[in-house]
Amino acid sequence: MSDTEIPDEIAPTEFPAQTLPLDGWHRAQGGRMVEFAGYHMPVQYEGIMAEHLWVRESAGLFDVSHMGQLVFRAEGGADVVAALEALLPADIAGLGENKQRYSLLLAENGGILDDLMVTHLPAASPFAVDEEAGEPAEPAGWSPLDASPTDPDAPTFYMVVNGATKIDDIAHLLEFLPDGIAINHLEEQALLALQGPKAVDALARLVPGVEAMVFMTAGAFDWNGVPLWISRSGYTGEDGFEISVPGEHVVALADALIAEPEVKPIGLGARDSLRLEAGLPLYGHDLDPDTTPVQADLGFALSKRRREAGDFMGAAPILAERAAGAASKRVGLLIAGRQPVREGATVVDDSGADIGRVTSGGFAPSVGAAIAMAYVPTELAAPGTTVTLSQRGKVHTATVTAMPFIPHRYVRAGGPK
Amino acid sequence: MSRYFTEDHEWVDVDGDIGTVGISEYAQSQLGDIVFVDVPEEGKELTKGDEAAVVESVKAASDVYSPVSGTVIEGNPALADTPGLVNEEPESDGWFFKLTLSDPDELSGLMDEIAYAAFVEKL
Repeated sequence: MSDTEIPDEIAPTEFPAQTLPLDGWHRAQGGRMVEFAGYHMPVQYEGIMAEHLWVRESAGLFDVSHMGQLVFRAEGGADVVAALEALLPADIAGLGENKQRYSLLLAENGGILDDLMVTHLPAASPFAVDEEAGEPAEPAGWSPLDASPTDPDAPTFYMVVNGATKIDDIAHLLEFLPDGIAINHLEEQALLALQGPKAVDALARLVPGVEAMVFMTAGAFDWNGVPLWISRSGYTGEDGFEISVPGEHVVALADALIAEPEVKPIGLGARDSLRLEAGLPLYGHDLDPDTTPVQADLGFALSKRRREAGDFMGAAPILAERAAGAASKRVGLLIAGRQPVREGATVVDDSGADIGRVTSGGFAPSVGAAIAMAYVPTELAAPGTTVTLSQRGKVHTATVTAMPFIPHRYVRAGGPK
Repeated sequence: MSRYFTEDHEWVDVDGDIGTVGISEYAQSQLGDIVFVDVPEEGKELTKGDEAAVVESVKAASDVYSPVSGTVIEGNPALADTPGLVNEEPESDGWFFKLTLSDPDELSGLMDEIAYAAFVEKL
């Protein structure tokens, strides 16, 4: 007798890579295209180092249209807040309109299925439903997964999830959200990130009013009649914005943005080195279904009220681990010498046995050194601890370092102007 | 002095029985910003095709193979502090190592500059 073979779902990699609305634009700008998350994406234009440093001193435009944009709304009296709180450890009930929060999609065993941003949409947003028609007013290209009539008075939420995981995320949400919660996958919406200390100067010239927002807030704006949904957020550690725009208008918006003197297009290579310096974990590398928020040092994503209630998916194992202490922790590492130590390298003990793993690593242009993120035994997780790494048969020494490696420069409420 | 190239984008300049090895302009342009180079030490015996050096760009690590067999005389000491020389002057000051050729006949299996230019053109 043999185990029954259940064929896996077709892996995304078996499909040819898809193109995004800015594909031709990237090529025209000199972007070097690679396959990423099932899409053709630019890894660099003039060079990763120059692009990285440009974002830290001026402003860079990133195409992140591969990411999944989802809208959640209730139908006929369902409670969308309770439904989302059942799956996310965030305080969704306490999330005011136009407020954005980082959160996690968690499995029952506490493993991280994805990390994401969730925003409470106001009544008037580009994703609002036209009450008369029962259809989205703007933009065109609405892609309903569930086309039932919705309750116009119930709160609605916008979520941005990772591109490589969006299909699995939607499957998970459809499985576990109760009846009466509609999910719309905004497949026709493009998403741009404009990041850097001068991003606000450039964007405010095109879209007046964005300068009034603070970090982790969002709002609806209009650009020459094109409805935009803009948040003051990003994943570089710098001030900046993420802009959801209908796909048919994204080329015009990208052209207008790079016509501003502060702005250059930036590829995925610099996006990775920027977020690494900012200490921000990358899903599929630093986070995965085998890691928990406690191990990943993302305790801030477990809101106090939700921890006390313990009523989100994965709460029991996560809260038990939080109380007992995790066996391993995600830490930052400063590598001795110039050679980068990258994902796949191991943390070893004195006898050479593997005791941890490097999940991201590379040369950090703004630090001027090789840095990494790794999971190490908790007793080695204190800043200043020396650890030994092994990569391709060569031993490296590293020092556990508090993250971020480069201070965040977010524009927060009540902060200096 | 003659220059030969491999399909893996190394070059070797040969002067008598001394070879100087580096990577091509095409190779550096593909690698992008180079942040670290590990060159072989004096006395290391290399067989043609051996992993002789490691070059790390911001994005990835790549092996550099020895285009010929021989004994390493010297690694380029300048690359330790200025790995970016490989981006700026890949086919001159950004050389990786020098070696004494043990089998000069191996050179006949390599491409000359014209053949290499045609090879790169097709990539």
